[in-house]
Amino acid sequence: MTIEVQEDRPVRTVALSELFLAFAGISIMGFGGVLPWVRWMIVERRRWMNEEEFINALSLCQLLPGGNVMNISVYVGERFGGLPGAVAALAGLLLAPCLIVIGLGGLFQAYGHLPAVQGMFRGVSATAAGLILGMGLRMAWRYRRDVRALPVLAATIVAMAWFKLPLLVILATILPVSLIIVWTTRQR
Amino acid sequence: MNERSVLTDLAVQFALLSLMSIGGIIAVVPEMHSAVVETHNWMSSTDFVTLFALAQAAPGPNVIVVTLIGWKVAGALGALVATVAVSTPSFLIAYTASRFWSHFNALDWYRLFERGIAPVTIGLILSSGLLLTNVATNSWSSLIVSALTVASLLRWANSPLIALGCAALAGLAGFV
Repeated sequence: MTIEVQEDRPVRTVALSELFLAFAGISIMGFGGVLPWVRWMIVERRRWMNEEEFINALSLCQLLPGGNVMNISVYVGERFGGLPGAVAALAGLLLAPCLIVIGLGGLFQAYGHLPAVQGMFRGVSATAAGLILGMGLRMAWRYRRDVRALPVLAATIVAMAWFKLPLLVILATILPVSLIIVWTTRQR
Repeated sequence: MNERSVLTDLAVQFALLSLMSIGGIIAVVPEMHSAVVETHNWMSSTDFVTLFALAQAAPGPNVIVVTLIGWKVAGALGALVATVAVSTPSFLIAYTASRFWSHFNALDWYRLFERGIAPVTIGLILSSGLLLTNVATNSWSSLIVSALTVASLLRWANSPLIALGCAALAGLAGFV
């Protein structure tokens, strides 16, 4: 396992407005999953990164706290526009969705008392909950034969959903154990 | 409780959540729920799940649920404070990572770490799903909607928008 320094880190910069607009565009397209659009925009449409660079960036961003797409926007913004670029990219990603969601909230506040709207939201809430459960099950399915991952996964669910332990406790106990298990059983 | 202390609580609460959100925003839903509903008494469990569903139905990253919670608790200023608070810590970390690590090609290391983090993340996401389902399914009809959603996602991996649309129509027509 070696860390090699890439010699070809591009020095070119991208205009702040371009970073802002690119991520604003991604955010609006992102119904139920923004990530595929991020790859399309960065790798295929604008060609800011090649596939390998993008996978490297995404893998790093998934390890960091915060939403993956938020982290990618900051990462890409920084690389092509420094601190102002990072701010522009994140602002582009968040601005329109925040305004839209507050607009929806306002509509719900105005019409939420109507029985039909309440029914609609019971349906949407049950679906949104099912979508998260289904997403978790799909992700867990990949690890169904992984004897290292399954006990960790089960312990996390018991701690969080059953005993309702604070997240910080879980991150300070189960996470290090999981990392140690993976580290000690890694294949060289 | 005066308005300034509510804004301070929003800022502190969501900045802390941001630092703990390894695995993304969905993974911290149970923690967010306990902070918003139990610790601060900002809203009921049902309100929390409704706001979550609204944010899922809107375009954009999952983090906008935090914007909506801030808005519900303290209006436009609350939305701004909550959004900035949840973005800033992870922004600083991602910025630093890009600034200092982006020229390393350490994919093998990332993969190793990911294998350690993934089971915890998935456990947290399933816990989020269990909590949301528990609150959202207070009747047989809503339980059926949730079950159908899970089944359709596992069977066809269809767009969530289709499931949300069908459920909204069924609810509007009075079936849920």
